[in-house]
Amino acid sequence: MGAGHVHRLYLDRASPVHRLPPHCKLVAVLAFVLLVVATPRERMWAFAAYAVLLAAVAAVARIPFGTVVRRTAIEVPFVAFALLMPFVATGEKTTVLGLWLSESGLWSAWDILAKGTLGVVASILLAATTEPRLLLLGLDRLRMPQLLTQIATFMLRYGDVVAAELGRMRVARASRGFEARDVRATGVLAKSVGALFLRSYERGERVHLAMVSRGYDGRMPLLDDVGATAGQWSAAALLPAAALLVAAGAWMGI
Amino acid sequence: MTASLEVEGLAYAYPDGTQALFGVDLTIGRGERVALLGPNGAGKTTLVLHLNGILHGGLGEVRVGGLAVDPKDKKGLREIRRRVGIVFQDPDDQLFMPTVREDVAFGPANLGLRGAELEGRVRVALDRVGMAHAADRPPQHLSFGQRRRVAVATVLAMEPEILVLDEPSSNLDPASRRELAEILLSLDVTVLMVTHDLPYAAELCPRSVVLSGGVIAADAPTRDLLADADLLAAHRLELPFGFDPAAAPR
Repeated sequence: MGAGHVHRLYLDRASPVHRLPPHCKLVAVLAFVLLVVATPRERMWAFAAYAVLLAAVAAVARIPFGTVVRRTAIEVPFVAFALLMPFVATGEKTTVLGLWLSESGLWSAWDILAKGTLGVVASILLAATTEPRLLLLGLDRLRMPQLLTQIATFMLRYGDVVAAELGRMRVARASRGFEARDVRATGVLAKSVGALFLRSYERGERVHLAMVSRGYDGRMPLLDDVGATAGQWSAAALLPAAALLVAAGAWMGI
Repeated sequence: MTASLEVEGLAYAYPDGTQALFGVDLTIGRGERVALLGPNGAGKTTLVLHLNGILHGGLGEVRVGGLAVDPKDKKGLREIRRRVGIVFQDPDDQLFMPTVREDVAFGPANLGLRGAELEGRVRVALDRVGMAHAADRPPQHLSFGQRRRVAVATVLAMEPEILVLDEPSSNLDPASRRELAEILLSLDVTVLMVTHDLPYAAELCPRSVVLSGGVIAADAPTRDLLADADLLAAHRLELPFGFDPAAAPR
């Protein structure tokens, strides 16, 4: 794999994390996130421990720290919501840096921020170490309905094609002097989107025709059987197992 | 020896009532390369979609390698679709899998091939179009000419009785056009090539048929057919500026 172009979220490295079968990684990340969410928010040390675990995974996978930090930007809208909590929540108040804030609001904000960030970073690491098409194979392995994985596979393949078509339409509009200056432009843009929908729909019909011509009967043939050995499962289990120790400690009130 | 393709009295009207084919008769012998010429709207695509049973329900009969196309016979239809390899005009319609290798494997895998046998088919098909180096790349990152060649490989992998190409030279730059011609000439397979590109027909296909108004209006050696100015004019076919079929190399 990995010859030439791959998806922009994926970082091509030769690491043990990259080599793990996709469904093992999916299960590991899901288990990790569930444990994080189930941890009592008052045990701050536990969240620091989780962060250390993720940092270890990133180090093994040779994903640069800066890349991970930059990609957490996707979390910003949730952070903004979390920062509002101490101001709007009710309950006992406390003073922080001269501000009169809700104590339960502060805890909620911390809760969202810590658990959200850990979940996002875990997903970023998964996306950086697993090619999107392998992720889909992994979901297939985990018995995700084939209809959903097929739709996602086609999105992966045709996303760029549709985007290029949209780009050509934009250039063609602009070449005839169109500028989206104000709300009156909405009609033109809506018609463009409509035309794009029709074109994509027709392409869908042509693709289906080409598939039927090569013997498609509703089910995709399973080509790469990405089986996992017991060793690979145990390697993938390292992260959730360590997280389980942390969570257990947090529950017992250490 | 059975012919690769036999079409007898094929007539078809679309559900909206538009009659596209009015009784087409066409026989193509094994190993022949035939160009299917005709103006836009002559029924070329309609005819092609009958060859593997995607369109059906009119009159007449189609046989591929002696096997009749019968849309009610599911198993027979699967064999027909193996025997007729259609390469559609837009490679983006044909190549829908995340990588070239998976796309070429799609057809033979639908036929039930797995493991080493499947891999062998994929490798041979990609080798025949000179694209083995791109096996693990996503199709959208290949050049247009490369995608067209991979599209040819996707049907070669099914080891078809007849290769049907819809406008194979469209949108290709001259180098890609020549490369594709060399590949097609190197294949040992029956070819039916739908095209408006008359010099390409002259280069690749010793025989041409003209489909016009839903019937076969002419069937002759390509060189003779292209030299008949009245015939070409009657069916809205035109040679490109400066092209003389009599002077073209044999």
